[in-house]
Amino acid sequence: MPEPVLSIRNLIVEFRTEDGVVHAVDDISYDVFPGETLGIVGESGSGKSVSTMSILGLIPQPPGRIANGTAMFKGKDLLKMKKRELRRVRGDEVAMVFQDPMTSLNPVLKVGYQLGEAIKTHYPKEPNEKVKERVIELLRLVGVPNPESRYDNYPHEFSGGMRQRAMIAMSIANSPSLLIADEPTTALDVTIQAQVLEVLKRVQAETHAATILITHDLGIVAEMCERVIVMYGGKIVEHGDVHTIFQNPRHPYTIGLMDSLPKLTEDEEWLRPIPGQPPSLINRPPGCAFHPRCFLSQGRLQCREEVPPLRPIDGGKDHASACHFAEELIGRHSKFAEPVPAGGAS
Amino acid sequence: MTEPTPVQVDKPVVSQVSDVTTPGMAVGIDGTYEAGLELKARSQWSYARNRFLRHRLAMSGLIVLVIVFGAGIFANLVAPYSFEEIDLTNVLAGPTTAAHHFFGTDEIGRDFFSRVIFGIRTSMEVGVFVAFVSSIIGVIVGAVAGYYGGWIDNILMRITDLVLTLPALAILLTAAALLGQGSQWRVSVILALFFWTGLARIVRGVFLSLREKEYVEAAKAAGSGDIRIMFRHILPNTLGPIVVNGTLSVGAAIIVEAALSFLGFGIKPPTPSLGSLIASGQQFPQKWWITVFPGLTLLIIVVAINFVGDGLRDALDPQQRRVRA
Repeated sequence: MPEPVLSIRNLIVEFRTEDGVVHAVDDISYDVFPGETLGIVGESGSGKSVSTMSILGLIPQPPGRIANGTAMFKGKDLLKMKKRELRRVRGDEVAMVFQDPMTSLNPVLKVGYQLGEAIKTHYPKEPNEKVKERVIELLRLVGVPNPESRYDNYPHEFSGGMRQRAMIAMSIANSPSLLIADEPTTALDVTIQAQVLEVLKRVQAETHAATILITHDLGIVAEMCERVIVMYGGKIVEHGDVHTIFQNPRHPYTIGLMDSLPKLTEDEEWLRPIPGQPPSLINRPPGCAFHPRCFLSQGRLQCREEVPPLRPIDGGKDHASACHFAEELIGRHSKFAEPVPAGGAS
Repeated sequence: MTEPTPVQVDKPVVSQVSDVTTPGMAVGIDGTYEAGLELKARSQWSYARNRFLRHRLAMSGLIVLVIVFGAGIFANLVAPYSFEEIDLTNVLAGPTTAAHHFFGTDEIGRDFFSRVIFGIRTSMEVGVFVAFVSSIIGVIVGAVAGYYGGWIDNILMRITDLVLTLPALAILLTAAALLGQGSQWRVSVILALFFWTGLARIVRGVFLSLREKEYVEAAKAAGSGDIRIMFRHILPNTLGPIVVNGTLSVGAAIIVEAALSFLGFGIKPPTPSLGSLIASGQQFPQKWWITVFPGLTLLIIVVAINFVGDGLRDALDPQQRRVRA
């Protein structure tokens, strides 16, 4: 197995609020390998974003606090770095693409200038003409038409999809080895989404950057990712390669997520949501955080009292699930599994 | 008042193309054609410039200012006499065109027109210097307070409040009394130390709201440091209020300087300043020209500056797309 680019171990992130301590990320560990795309999925508030923002020092501290953990990146622990050192990593070796391209570009600065800034920040000695050349080349790479004239445009003269392309161009400006895309298509409409994902794929092929794709859209995961991490209530509840997760999910939450999507090849009248509410991260349910909503738990004592550990499962390589009764799910496929077995998902 | 380049509708338009030269109306004939629909990109500044050029009051203010300040800048060339040339044979003469004593002469026969023009120069220098220096102080204090927030913000804003609550004129009088009447520069520095508070508050407010913007977060994620974010990414968003405030404080500084000089605590006498010129009229109530001309000049300058400031405020407000009459 190759050396991971990023290796997170036992990361715990908390936020102090008036109502108590929010356990946004609770003891998670994962690796990202060179050149791969890792999907992190989960509901709002499951800790997807915080888990990646925190390792780059991008959560406000206070109220945020990284209580524990290491994040090894190229042999160095990002969590122990000084502010200045971390700043040198951000935008150079690790870059981010944000959710909303409408607000992520500064309205008063020209797009070309802003992209150039991303380079100049890290390589201030780079001559201006070379920076401009590079920016135009980047804009062309992400598929912005007429990059030479677009260079002098302001963000309001760009459409949403165009802006997200520009943001992607900005993120890869310094050829990072890790790209973190935090819901890069959530704010875009569906046709533009597909284009932007194409751009992301192309960019990844070009730069060989490992990518962490944070999303709540399972369709995007299936399209883009090799491996998937499913998060719930600040914990990883299941991970595995994308094929295994879609074919043989071994956590009731993963199954619930997939069942809640409509399958377009079937005539479905009702969506099947997961009953109940996401857990409060201040007063988490004891035991398994998912048990109040779980179809498998049926009020079993173990679910209510014992926090299930994330343990390897037979399903496929690198497959693990945090369910006491994961074995009971053998043979129970999500509705996206092919072929659909009789008496399967429903 | 002068109308900025009126669009001449009643004249028959000879050709469609020549019409495009009308400023502010140019619709992207020369724009880059992309899919045949693209218009030439116009920056925020070009919108602002057009709005300003159409603002009649502001434009008239600007023209008046250019004339008055131009006279001040080129006082050596414009003034018929030196400001200290004494002619004891012609004391306290009324305004006349004879010998170019347009504003008459003062009690020792100095040409009052020349003194007013040199007074304009002094006042202008003080006003511009104070506005410039106080803007820099205000921007730095406001930016740091707004960007960092927390205790830094608290300390800086309490200092600002303190300076605001101090009765400026009383302090200035005390300082002048202690230090003696000073050079123009000393008065300017002291004034600048009082004038930054308003701008600091404005800039702080803008920074407070803008630091939460996603593009600031994006800049952080791109590895930009605090200073870079403050001055490269956030500051350009606040230029509007800074320019407006700076302009208006030129006027305010001129008035306060005049008040100080009027009370005799401002700029040392041989150098004329509008305030001290007005004050010198107190001794000669019947010689109206000694009070009226510098007073009128002061009034015109300050009103013109305020018009320009108002025009800039309207022009730089990006919410406003409506063309003003």
